[in-house]
Amino acid sequence: MFRYILRRLLQMVLAFFGTTLIVYALTFAGQGDPIQALAGERPVTPAQRAYLTEKYHLDATGVGGFFYRYFDYVKNLLQGNLGESLTGRNIGDILQQAWPVTVQLALIALAVAIIFGVSAGVIAGIRRASIFDNSTLVLTLLVLGIPTIVLAPLAQYFLGVKWQLFPPTAGSDPTFYALLLPGIVLGSLSLATALRLTRASVAENLRADYVRTARSKGLVKRRIVVVHVLRNSLIPVVTFLGVELGNLMSGAIITEGVFNIPGVGFNLFRGIRTEDGPLVVGIVSVLVVVYLVSNLVVDVLYAVLDPRIRYE
Amino acid sequence: MRVRRLAAWTALPLAVTLGLAACGSGGDGGSGGSGSSAVSIQIAEPKHLVPTNTTETSGAQVLTGLFSPLVDYDAQNKPYEVAAQSVTSSDNKVWTIKLKDGFTFHNGEKVTSEDYINAWNYGAYAPNGQDSNYFFEKIAGYTDLQGKAPKAKEMSGLKKVDDLTFTVTLSDPYIDFKTVLGYTAFYPMPDAAFSAPGVLKDSYEQAPIGQGPFKMKGTWQHDSKIDVERYDAYPGEKPKVKNIEFRIYQQLTAAYADVLADNLDVLPTIPSESLSTAPSDLGDRYKTSPMSSFQFLAFPTFDKDYSNPDVRKAISMAIDREEITKSVFKDSQQPARSFVSPVLPGYRENTAGKAGEFNPTEAKKLYQAAGGPSKIVISYNGDGGHKDWVDATVNQLKANLGVDAVGSAEPKFADLLTKVEKKQPVGMFRMAWVMDYPTMEDYLGPLYTTNGSSNYYGYSNPDFDRLVKEGSAAKTQDEAIAKYQQAEDILAKDMPVIPLRFGENVFGTSSKVKNVQMDLFQRVNLVKIEAAS
Repeated sequence: MFRYILRRLLQMVLAFFGTTLIVYALTFAGQGDPIQALAGERPVTPAQRAYLTEKYHLDATGVGGFFYRYFDYVKNLLQGNLGESLTGRNIGDILQQAWPVTVQLALIALAVAIIFGVSAGVIAGIRRASIFDNSTLVLTLLVLGIPTIVLAPLAQYFLGVKWQLFPPTAGSDPTFYALLLPGIVLGSLSLATALRLTRASVAENLRADYVRTARSKGLVKRRIVVVHVLRNSLIPVVTFLGVELGNLMSGAIITEGVFNIPGVGFNLFRGIRTEDGPLVVGIVSVLVVVYLVSNLVVDVLYAVLDPRIRYE
Repeated sequence: MRVRRLAAWTALPLAVTLGLAACGSGGDGGSGGSGSSAVSIQIAEPKHLVPTNTTETSGAQVLTGLFSPLVDYDAQNKPYEVAAQSVTSSDNKVWTIKLKDGFTFHNGEKVTSEDYINAWNYGAYAPNGQDSNYFFEKIAGYTDLQGKAPKAKEMSGLKKVDDLTFTVTLSDPYIDFKTVLGYTAFYPMPDAAFSAPGVLKDSYEQAPIGQGPFKMKGTWQHDSKIDVERYDAYPGEKPKVKNIEFRIYQQLTAAYADVLADNLDVLPTIPSESLSTAPSDLGDRYKTSPMSSFQFLAFPTFDKDYSNPDVRKAISMAIDREEITKSVFKDSQQPARSFVSPVLPGYRENTAGKAGEFNPTEAKKLYQAAGGPSKIVISYNGDGGHKDWVDATVNQLKANLGVDAVGSAEPKFADLLTKVEKKQPVGMFRMAWVMDYPTMEDYLGPLYTTNGSSNYYGYSNPDFDRLVKEGSAAKTQDEAIAKYQQAEDILAKDMPVIPLRFGENVFGTSSKVKNVQMDLFQRVNLVKIEAAS
């Protein structure tokens, strides 16, 4: 197991540089005039243009210029320096500020998905074709059908503005309570998917041979479900939730915008909008690490859940 | 045993969540807003908070609290002295600025004439890369500070007379110089801002020290908020509130939800998607006031399709401005038929004359006689909420001129400008202007003179350039306005752009504040705002 993890970690290094190179290339290939984008609708003074061009090596163009800038970036990265955004702020500082709130938000969303999604999925799987099963199916269909960009403002308007159950926005230093509504909104999509995955998996495993054996052995139903069925049913769900954690970190762009939470998604959105190449690449590099690590955790979890899976 | 391990794995994320949540709730709950006495005002994340580097509204809004300008503008938009005792000149070339005694910076330093000179030199020195650099171009010696390796570090036009007096020599006489001094770029900076002469401290921007009615409380909390509190040693008009929180929002819709829920006190701009519902949502908390913005359609005058002024006039006459301001903007903007904003001294109604009147039959006749293009394209930036009115305009042109017309969206305004600068065919394109200081010159100069900084459409008329120049060099205000008006009449003849709409401040407040006044630059008057008892 230890050797397996070590091997995976080494692979991750390669994967990291591969993805950052691609992201870097894509970001800078699609870039128009970042200096004009920075200035918005105002003309840029020649002085300002000269200053920024020199500072960000924007005069190095073409393929040679690209690699020059990329290696410059990697060199700084290896020294733990993510560089400066086009507005002159240290990207490390930006991320340091944005990270905690996004992690909190993602974990609330994940907790919502696990607590409600998985348990409702188990119940629906056991009582197939019951009223509970059918109603959750319809509900999840509804949630899956509504995109976050609609769901989030609706939740904000009804629960935050109209009935005032939650604060309409969370701000930068939010309480757990203020983060709850955005967390639920963010988690609802994964909740629906997790529910459906669990339900299908539980329903299938209930018909498995080992369950029949357990039942004929006279085991109580609760033990059959919790120890035998649930355990084996969780593998697809864990795969999904592990990857989803990465998604929640980066995919919070809409939710964070609607609820005014200055997290990672919020900053990524701003970076993209203002063509702030350094900021986008900086955030995406860190997100790549999150994805790689959560994938590793998922793979290791397989072995925990199913002893037949062994890594050497 | 394996079961227990499984339990541990599922329990871990939950425990972390709860643990983090517990940490989170330890804070002061900055979002709630309830219980705190600070008045909250929406801003976007400022790009910079250095006077000479701030040109956008959010940064300027914060700086109006931290700094006190030399002059401000009265109800008629004429300048009057605030931090200055007097601003005088006999020839409009050499200006003597006397400062009021008693102003101190928030760190206790006395404000002297040197603080102005140092700040302005810093702003004008090109290698510092300051956004407001070009505001100093009228001062003598400015050109020596430009380029990669400037010849000088200080403008020869700035001379200290004594601690409270300095003179500014301009390279050419300029009658409106006193008016210009109200702009953000002309605030002073204290010695404490500089680590060495001409070198600004990195930390200064995080907590700017000014001489205005409010001082920083803590530092700039990026993406979150900027807190300021009343500066008690301020000698001017005292603010009515003790604390102001500038709360940073990435999206206006989020701020709008907060205003609706009484969670935010002032939202200076209602998001366009909420304009139609805002008056009923907010009731008497929905407010409007004059503002200086000017929306227009520009012609690429270098494109032979649009090089004939009659074509341009015909297109202008085919647009029903009333209809669009009503149906698309819900009357939150006003139809425009002049080239300068109605808030200015010297503004006249309908300077565009016949070309500004909606007259479809006449328009069609003129268009055909002048041989206008069979297809009209209007380019705009797709990120600014312009699609609705461009589509409406395009439909009017189709119906009234009998031509094919389409709107063409560019991702961003920058992309549009880049294309225009490269003279790629974009057709007509949308532009907008918000003044920096209330003079006609601030509209005429940058937008239409041959070398104007925002003249993207290649318009050039020597007579016009000469009249604007003569206006700037005039001896009296009346004489200047007369020259500017003559210049505006040339625009009406040439029609390099089509005036469409003048903007208004459309803003919302909570029920917890009163006397919220917005100025022509979309900024809240921080001295007048009061907490409702």
